[in-house]
Amino acid sequence: MNYAPEQTSHVLQQKGVENAMLPSFDIAVNSGTFAAREAIEKLMEKLSPLQLDIEESGTFELVIAEALNNVVEHGYPDPENGGPIKIDCTHKSNGLHIHIVDHGLPMPDGKTPLGLAAEVDVDFMDMPEGGFGWFLIKDLAKDVQYERTGDKNSLRLRIAIAINATSH
Amino acid sequence: MELTSRTENSFKIVSVGGSRIDAAVAIEFKDAMRAQSDGGPDTVILDLSQVEFIDSSGLGAIVAAMKHIGPDRTLALAGLTPTVDKVFRLTRMDSVFSLFATLEGALNELRA
Repeated sequence: MNYAPEQTSHVLQQKGVENAMLPSFDIAVNSGTFAAREAIEKLMEKLSPLQLDIEESGTFELVIAEALNNVVEHGYPDPENGGPIKIDCTHKSNGLHIHIVDHGLPMPDGKTPLGLAAEVDVDFMDMPEGGFGWFLIKDLAKDVQYERTGDKNSLRLRIAIAINATSH
Repeated sequence: MELTSRTENSFKIVSVGGSRIDAAVAIEFKDAMRAQSDGGPDTVILDLSQVEFIDSSGLGAIVAAMKHIGPDRTLALAGLTPTVDKVFRLTRMDSVFSLFATLEGALNELRA
């Protein structure tokens, strides 16, 4: 019997493209103490049609929080002199593609920190109180790419959630 | 960020009222923990059951609280929700703290 598998998969793929993907969107916040919270709130609202489960939304919130905290802390270190942070989000079949743009200070050496795991097998008083941020970003996100163009920091990454998800 | 505490069976139980321990409140949390945990019972149980989200700043603040409590006393964490638990596991901080799924479980086990 001939199932014509190629045609079937082609039809399914087309259906997927038509029905499943959330339209691209962007949000913007101003740098400051509550920037990450505000951005997460706006993003989660836009992502609500995807009905992310707790595991997926936790991963998403963590990556965004760590990336934005870095911009607030190191990109715009002077609280009196903050600036805009823009986040684009595109839903593709392999996850959510995030592009974060700010006009703050560049990353040292023009690249993101390595994001190694903090050493926890140490003496009590030497326990790390920081240095977890880039580790979490690189552990939870894929294809992390940083670029400095003119006065603009551009961080792209992919969060492998809502894979082949249907928006409701 | 509201912390409330009570003493029960020679444990100090500190409950976090807010749903997030993140960069916005990490310093406030650290100071409040300091005030709540100074003196009193040797074992402090931090009840995190209302906390839905923690970031690396919040994690750092909990580590700072543990150091402040000191090596001769214990800070146990109870009621970890899924995302909070994820952060402790990924950073391997689950090997540093005594973690309990529920406050009741913590009380039972620590009493034994």
